[in-house]
Amino acid sequence: MAGIRRRPKHRKESPPPPAAPAVKTATAGPIPLDEIERRIINGLQGGFPIGERPFLEAATALGLDEDELIERIEHLFEVGVLTRFGPLFNADRLGGINVLAAMALPENDFDRVAAFVNAQPEIAHNYRREHELNLWFVGAAETPEKVESTFCYIESVSGYPVYRFPKEREFFVELKLHV
Amino acid sequence: MTGLTSNSKPVPVDEVDLRLIAATQSGLPLVPRPYHAIAEQIGIAAEEVMARLTRMLEAGAIRRIGLVPNHYALGYIANGMSVWDVEDDKADELGERIGRLDFVSHCYRRPRRPPQWPYTLFAMLHGKSREEVTAYVEEIRALLGDSCRASDILYSRGILKKTGLRIT
Repeated sequence: MAGIRRRPKHRKESPPPPAAPAVKTATAGPIPLDEIERRIINGLQGGFPIGERPFLEAATALGLDEDELIERIEHLFEVGVLTRFGPLFNADRLGGINVLAAMALPENDFDRVAAFVNAQPEIAHNYRREHELNLWFVGAAETPEKVESTFCYIESVSGYPVYRFPKEREFFVELKLHV
Repeated sequence: MTGLTSNSKPVPVDEVDLRLIAATQSGLPLVPRPYHAIAEQIGIAAEEVMARLTRMLEAGAIRRIGLVPNHYALGYIANGMSVWDVEDDKADELGERIGRLDFVSHCYRRPRRPPQWPYTLFAMLHGKSREEVTAYVEEIRALLGDSCRASDILYSRGILKKTGLRIT
């Protein structure tokens, strides 16, 4: 089993390979949005009020009425533009832990090991990435020990090492996905 | 929110908070009084739902309340994890500066795995094309200047699994 290699500094980008279908990609291309939908998406990624009539409050700030805002959000769900609407909990602060990890898998063993990793209930996210470390996933559980034992299990069954990249610090990011 | 960095001090939650988390982690009902609907569902007063959510938001147990778009559906099809090797004693300051760039969705400091993996700052970048993401990489490189010893970008070839947070 070859280890991961150090990459040359500032490697030049190779041309993009044909796009692999992403499992959870809802659509083939961008969904057209009108001006009101853009306003909602740009304005409501955070700061949804906590109050008696939060949609009314949010709608007023966006120059809409309450019913229209609710209908628009329902529509954005139906067409696959939204994945969730509500509070986003921070697992770390709730006593849970999540750890990023990666594996370097040969192409001919990739699908088998990726499927095995996916099958572990402690694995929350799993992405294929273009690098010798080509499988990147997040182990999430109530305790660090449980995440660690999942990683050890994956190593022992698959025969490949799992490189752990636990977060040492999270930097604050502004949230602004503009459409 | 004024902090540049979130720490990971646990926020104490009781049994009622756990019920509230379970009832809302997949989303709020799209009705005029969503917090009242949640209150009815879990058998506590609406005022208590709102007070508990406010407390969790202020304590950082809730990052934010709002909508989560599907990046792909919005045309953000180029998603790359940029990774940076910078000196340890500058990593935190530089990480904070990267986090403030408006095209960065997450930014973390993580351990190096030398000699194979020298990188310590991880910044997720999203764009409508690889050209756009490449321009963001150059912007970060310019920001880091001589502090950057090496970097790489790992594009996503597909989401193999993505489950929301599940707290029991």
